[in-house]
Amino acid sequence: MPDADATQFTSSQVRDLASLVRIELTDTEVEEFRVELASILSHIDALSEIDTEGVPPTNNGADLLNVEAEDESQPAMPREEILANAPQREDNYFRVHAVLDQS
Amino acid sequence: MTDAAAADLLSITLAEGARRLRDGSITSRQLTEAFLDRIDTTDNDVRAFVTITSESALAQADEADALLSRGDATAPLTGLPVAIKDVLMTRGVRTTAGSRMLDSLIPPYDATAVSKLREAGAISLGKTNMDEFAMGSSTEHSAWFPTANPWDLERVPGGSSGGSAAAVAAQQCIASLGSDTGGSIRQPASFCGVVGLKPTYGRVSRNGLIAFASSLDQIGPFTRTVEDAAMLLQAIAGPDPLDSTCYDEPVPDFSAQLERGLDGLKVAAPREFFGEGMDDDVAATIEAALDLLASHGALIDRSPSMPSVPMALPVYYILAPSECSANLARFDGVKYGYGARGGESMWSDMEATRKHGFGREVKRRILLGAYALSAGYYDAYYLQAQKVRTLIRREFDRVFAEHDVIVAPTAPTVAFKRGAITEPYQMYLNDIFTIPANIAGLPAISIPGGFGAEGMPVGLQFVGQRLDEAALLGVANAYERLAEWPTIPPSNVGST
Repeated sequence: MPDADATQFTSSQVRDLASLVRIELTDTEVEEFRVELASILSHIDALSEIDTEGVPPTNNGADLLNVEAEDESQPAMPREEILANAPQREDNYFRVHAVLDQS
Repeated sequence: MTDAAAADLLSITLAEGARRLRDGSITSRQLTEAFLDRIDTTDNDVRAFVTITSESALAQADEADALLSRGDATAPLTGLPVAIKDVLMTRGVRTTAGSRMLDSLIPPYDATAVSKLREAGAISLGKTNMDEFAMGSSTEHSAWFPTANPWDLERVPGGSSGGSAAAVAAQQCIASLGSDTGGSIRQPASFCGVVGLKPTYGRVSRNGLIAFASSLDQIGPFTRTVEDAAMLLQAIAGPDPLDSTCYDEPVPDFSAQLERGLDGLKVAAPREFFGEGMDDDVAATIEAALDLLASHGALIDRSPSMPSVPMALPVYYILAPSECSANLARFDGVKYGYGARGGESMWSDMEATRKHGFGREVKRRILLGAYALSAGYYDAYYLQAQKVRTLIRREFDRVFAEHDVIVAPTAPTVAFKRGAITEPYQMYLNDIFTIPANIAGLPAISIPGGFGAEGMPVGLQFVGQRLDEAALLGVANAYERLAEWPTIPPSNVGST
């Protein structure tokens, strides 16, 4: 189990995580989250002491596997009601900043 | 209508309401108007509702009355007013999940549970407040405002479904829907002195439930009686082609199995659910409840041990944040909800969207989840948590091989004062007794179990075998009849 001691959980780790999940943080938030995450992880670390040798993982609340359905077409949701929720639209498109660098 | 007659309407149950609407002694319009008036006079104090849909509720009431007067009201909940947690999509009605990110979302479709409620004839009075994206145990993390506990307005109603619990306790609706990922139905039910049921994972479709942690989330009812919980579960349960995690199993007639009685019922009280962390007033209340069950024939067995159960909380705080960091990646400011614009690039717009759209608790959990899932940590955290999850499930299976239900406290304390808990992990400890059922995917119910410190309600929890909600409802119904705890706060919120 990685060491999650508060002194070892660094500001730069918090900044890296924030960049992975695309959330802009202030310096104050970085410091607050550094302390809080380290504290939470210190409580969670007890998990590493459990012997799970040969135990398969459970990845779902139910015990369902390979649920299959006929591939049938269904009526689509009304386009106008969907586009009405867009932060920015143009005609029948969602408008965003250019994704590819044009230079 | 006289004031006394109106007060009588507010304490009605779904079962009694259905009878009285059919015998013509009341109308759906009278009922709906009484609850809308009640919301009007009490919600400045309680603040259970984010959105109130008076106009459509009254229109639905008139339609219900037309059906009833013609004798055509075949749907079981025809004309009965309920409320819906703001995490469930409602077509044409603003749905925020308690977040600025969805300040202006008007869904183009209904969640399956919502459309099933409509088909069952229920009337929606509006959408109830919650911790942002269902992350919290106090409803203090709503982006809009905190909700108050109707038993003491300075206290929290629990969470995340605090609005749905408070609305039922404050008699603002007969019943409501909530969602439960780690206790978000049962803990607020305990704090607000009402009934809250988390069905088996896969019993109720999650289509249209704004996802928090997909391997744990489940929708369920808040009511004042166990009989009503059975009626509401009946309405929303069952397979759904739009949710492949739903069991394709027939739904039993829950109401028909309520009168099971306690005689010879094998009730396990595993010691890990009665250990440290529980306040003395809660412990004393739960002990009295066990005595009452035992004196009416239930066989209480305190010998079972479930050594992995204390690990359920750490397991949860790996699995739920990990799953939420993936689920909440969809909030990118492109297709719906809040979207910042004017940055230098698509990425800076996205980062600004998530900075302003998400609250603190949500950001913390996304960061924690990203950490647990990141390269080099996945095996140690996420995979290890999934393996311990298997151990917890096995321990439940072992107990259920010899017992019908498990009994436990719902929460370790009564409702606490607003602002009293500021340290994240202290807040998470509220859910130590509710999380194990989510980890194992099992049905669990919280019912009023008495009163603790300063007259605040204490919830009694029963956990059942997979898909055996009927056993839970049976034992809960028997206890409710014996104990007859009041479910209406004496303070009479808003009476001035």
